[in-house]
Parts: sequence; structure tokens; C-alpha cells
Amino acid sequence: MGILEVKGVNKRFGGLQALGNVNLSVTENTVHAIIGPNGAGKSTLLNCLVGKLIPDTGSVLFDGQSVLGRKPHEINQMGISRVFQTPEIFADLSVFENVLIPCFAKRDGAYRLHAFETIAAETDILGKAEKMLRDVNMWDKREMHAGALSRGDKRRLEMAMCLSQSPKLLLLDEPTAGMARADTNNTIDLLKEIKSRGNITMVIIEHDMHVVFSLADRITVLAQGSPLVEDVPENIKGHPKVKEAYLGEAAH
Amino acid sequence: MLGLGKKDLMFLLIVVLLTLTAPILLNPFPEGSAMAQFNAGYPDLMQRIAIFAIFAVGFNILFGLTGYLSFGHAAFIGVGSYAMVWMMKLLTMNILPGLILSIVMGGLFAVVIGYVSLRRSGIYFSILTLAFAQMCFNMAYSVLTPITGGENGLGPQIADPRILDAVNTSGSVPEVNLFGLSMRATYKMDLWGRLFQFNAGYYVCGILSVLMFYLALRIFRSPFGMMLRAIKSNQHRLNYTGLNSKPYMLAAFVISGMYAGLAGGLMAAMDPLAGADRMQWSASGEVVLMVILGGVGTMLGPVLGAGFIKYFENIFSKINDSVLHDWFSIFPKWLENLLVGILHPFVGQGWNLTLGVLFMLVVIFLPGGLIEGGQRIGRLFRRKPDAKGPAPASTPAE
Ligand SMILES: Nc1ncnc2c1ncn2[C@@H]1O[C@H](COP(=O)(O)OP(=O)(O)O)[C@@H](O)[C@H]1O
Ligand SMILES: [Mg+2]
Repeated sequence: MGILEVKGVNKRFGGLQALGNVNLSVTENTVHAIIGPNGAGKSTLLNCLVGKLIPDTGSVLFDGQSVLGRKPHEINQMGISRVFQTPEIFADLSVFENVLIPCFAKRDGAYRLHAFETIAAETDILGKAEKMLRDVNMWDKREMHAGALSRGDKRRLEMAMCLSQSPKLLLLDEPTAGMARADTNNTIDLLKEIKSRGNITMVIIEHDMHVVFSLADRITVLAQGSPLVEDVPENIKGHPKVKEAYLGEAAH
Repeated sequence: MLGLGKKDLMFLLIVVLLTLTAPILLNPFPEGSAMAQFNAGYPDLMQRIAIFAIFAVGFNILFGLTGYLSFGHAAFIGVGSYAMVWMMKLLTMNILPGLILSIVMGGLFAVVIGYVSLRRSGIYFSILTLAFAQMCFNMAYSVLTPITGGENGLGPQIADPRILDAVNTSGSVPEVNLFGLSMRATYKMDLWGRLFQFNAGYYVCGILSVLMFYLALRIFRSPFGMMLRAIKSNQHRLNYTGLNSKPYMLAAFVISGMYAGLAGGLMAAMDPLAGADRMQWSASGEVVLMVILGGVGTMLGPVLGAGFIKYFENIFSKINDSVLHDWFSIFPKWLENLLVGILHPFVGQGWNLTLGVLFMLVVIFLPGGLIEGGQRIGRLFRRKPDAKGPAPASTPAE
């Protein structure tokens, strides 16, 4: 059994069937890509995994435990982190603080009233946050307002925030959208390195096929809310159904 | 030292010095001169500034850090005041038990009000807190009269038990004190043509306000404070980062409620009469004004805002037409009358108009409050070559 098991998930928005009978099994320590045209339901699927949405029917098991009905912070504590399609960062805080917060959250759990500790005295955490920022080449920008970063930098920051928690499952929703080519390549290298360190499973949604084929061990194609095919990258490349799903869509 | 960095320590030291020397600093004008009425160095006003500084600094922990705007914090002021007076009636005229109880009661009320109100955010949260405060206010006026004294207010009486105090033979209500030191004890010093008054009550308020300021500074610099700012910035992200924001919010709410409780207790200690009007919505609104005027989310802003508003309330309200005529008597009669006519609506009873205009000017031109004004002036003087690129993120300092 995979570390993530999605079975028979349905989700409707009014008259729109956003997800129709989605089954997905992700093997531990692999990279599983989900591709598909805009509006296929990819983000909606991730929303169901992190507790942002509750599916109408179906089950989602992570590490053998159901995530349905759990609050977002509880799901994160099970070991799931997510990079959102539109970057979710602490825009009013500095880049460094953005990384400090997940580091503290990882150490302290859901709640700890550390009102009389001093951030400056937590050298372990400061060191860890520094390392994370250096990993994504953003140490120079540590004092900037996170909200003032470019879109690509915001994504890299969000990735650093997630990675700093050493999640078991990392969900990436179009992590390279809005990035310059060089940053995209850096991101691929970073994710490859993270993967090679082991002990992490990734589910990645991506439009950039270069990224997908560089990273993915398996690919699921989603169209109109349902999985079309699931296979290894080599077999997906020339698959007729995939071409059909993307027809009229400039796959970029 | 004290868990603070070098810069913060300097900062705290300055605050301590200012507090200790306030009776001198706030009395710059010689006795009997035309400007003497602008002196603020008398005990009553200084006490009030220190007390409202505590209130505003605590309020800023909630509003400034988490962005949740409470319109009901006056309820905790009222609760603190009643707690203090009851301790004076039952236990002792020594203010210490009263201060402790007012903090505890402020905290307890904040747990209940916060727990319910924090189920909503934004305007709904504000309305819920407002509703709670108005409920407390109305109940204090009506059904709770046996506890609150209703319209007449609550004050210590000669016949009160005061079980810890020695038998009272003076024939009047004994003095409010701290281990025997009367809150009204004042050491007067005539120097350089000025009358400096060192009042025990002020120093109690002042020292407590420095202590509370220090605690707030520690909270601002702690991981807890950072989480509170994260709530303001992006509560969703915080949740997806594995933190449950609810208990953090509640803790911030309760801490600010305890600050308000202490402020209420001190009010009753300085002027031993607690009335329900302290809980009215206008009192809740006042602290919002103080914090916004001074600078939301800054350390010193709420203190400045509190000082500013209390100063204006006391000084401008005392200027009346005859004072104005005095000032302008050097001009021809018609000009004198014209100037007095123009200024008349802004002074005396009209001081609220002055405050309103100032508030609008600050909000429009200095969204960061008086603190931002200070920073802009500071930047004019030491214009550093700004070659460092983008502006660094604001750390809530000065
Ligand atoms: N919260 C929502 N309410 C209503 N409709 C939604 C909501 N979220 C997504 N949808 C709709 O569901 C469909 C799938 O959206 P989404 O999962 O974002 O697609 P994508 O594959 O591009 O990420 C779209 O038609 C979108 O408009
Ligand atoms: Mg999407």
C-alpha cells in the first residue's frame, strides 16, 4: 500500500463535478506528478488532501490514517506540507521570519506559549532557518519583506518553508509557475537533491513538462476531474489520450 | 541582559529614565507664566497617562500583533476597577491585593469573552466584543447594582470591614496606600521657579507601566509574538504550517485583558471610586484611538498615543475664552475677538474637535501614527546613503 491512498473521491461545486471518482496511490519515497489541463481539478484534489476541502464521498489515507475531518494544522503535523498555486507566505514579515515560523512550529507542535523566550537565543532554529534559505539561494534577501519578492522568489520561499519541516509528504502545486528559466532549473536541482536525500514523497502538479519529466517517477493525467491514465513517464509521453486531453490547450 | 538585545536594552533604559523624571520633564514652564497651563507635570495627569499607557500597550499586543480589533476592552477596565474597590472594602486599603485581583479578574473575563468572540474574525469579532462590553456596562448599571453600586458607583466607606487593616479610629475613610505609603503622598520641590511634584501614586503607576512595557517588549521579541504577527499576516499559512492559531489568539486576548484589568485597578487605586461609565463603548474606542494615533504594532506608539490624548484632554479642555483673550490682548480689539472666535470651537468643551482633526491628519498623512512621524523626521536628519537596495522588513521596534 502506498503512503497516500485516495479512493473514490468525489467533489461537486454546485453543478460542477470538480472531482469524479478519483483513485490515486502514491508509493513512499517517489515523486508522483499530476498533469492535466487548467480546470481539471488538480488543485481541488490537493485541497482535499490538506483539509482545505472535504470530499463529498471517498477516503484519503495518509500513512494508513484518514486525513478527512482533520484540521489543516493536524494534517500538517501528520507530515504533510503544501506549496500552494498562489504563494501563501507571511507577506508582512521578513523572509527570514517566514522560514523561522515553520521551524518553530515543527519543534513546538500545534501550540506552545513561549512568550518569554527570545528568538535571538534559539541558535538551533536560527541555524536551521539559515540553512534552508541558503539552500534556495535566498539568504541575501533574508531581511526583505516577503511580500516584496518576485513571484518566483515567493515560490522558492514557500518551498523553503515547507522543506524546513522535513515533511514526509510534500505537495507542490505548480512550483515553477512564474519562475525564470534559471530559477526553474535551480528548483529542479533542489527538488532532485531533496529527493536523493530520501525519506520524502512528493506529489507535484506542473505544467512545465521539462520539470515533470525531470522529476517524476509516475505520472497521473487528470482531465475533467477524473484520472485518465497513470503510468511511468516514458509511456505518458506519446500517449494518445494525453494528447487528446491537451488538445487545444497550449501545453506549456 | 534581561533577555533583551543591546538596542532594546537601551530603549528600555530610556523609557525608565523618562518615567522617573517625568515630573520634571513635563513641567518646563515657570509657575505663573502664560505657558504654565501647558505644564503636564501634576500627579493627576501623570497618573492617568501612565495608566492609559498600560492599557494601550496591552491592547496593542492584541490589535497590533494579531490585527484583531476589540471594541470591548473597556469591560476589563471596569472589572479591574470593581475588583480593586472590593478589595479595599473587604481586605485592606493597601492596593496590592486589589491589583492582583484586578489582573486576575481581567484575565478571567477575557477568557470568557475571548473564547466566544474569537469564533469569528474581522468586523464580527469587533461587534461581538462590543456587545459583551455593552452587556457588562448595562448590567453594572442595573441588575448588578448590589456589586457595582449602579449609578452611584462603588467606593470605600467608613463602615467597610477591611479585615486586614487595623481598627479605623480616624472617623474618615483611611488613605489608599501601598504598605503604608499613601498614594497621595507628594514630595514638592520648588526649583528654578517651578513646582515639581513627586507623587507616590504616580510612581506606583509609572513603575508598573515600565514593568508592563518590559513584558510587552519580551512578548514582541518572542516566538509567540512572531506567531501573533503571522496570524495577522496570513492565518491560513500558519494553519498549514502546523500551528493552531486559536490558542495563540486567545492567549493574546487574555494577556491584553489582564493589562486592561491592571489599568482599571490602578484607576480605582488612584481615585477610589469605580463607576460603570468606565465600561462604556466610548472608553473602548478611546484606546483604539490611542493605539492608532501612536502607531499600531510599534512598541512606543501606544504610550505616545495615550500620553497625547490624555494631555490634550486635560490641557485643551482647560483653555477657555478668557484665557484666549488674555493671550491675544496685545492685538487690536477686533483682531483679538476674531482670533478668539476662530479658536473658540477648538478649546474648552471643544477639545474633542481638536483631537478629531489631529486624528484625521495623522491617519491620512501618517498611517504609521506619531511614531512614523518621528521616524520621518529622524530620517531627514541622518540621511544615510540608501545603497542597500530594497527596504528591510520592519521589525516592530521603537
Ligand atoms: N472553491 C471552489 N468553488 C467553486 N468552484 C471551484 C472551487 N475550486 C475550484 N473550483 C472549480 O473546480 C474546477 C477545478 O479547479 P482546479 O482544481 O483549481 O483546477 P486545476 O486543475 O487548474 O488546478 C474549476 O472549474 C474551478 O472553477
Ligand atoms: Mg490549479
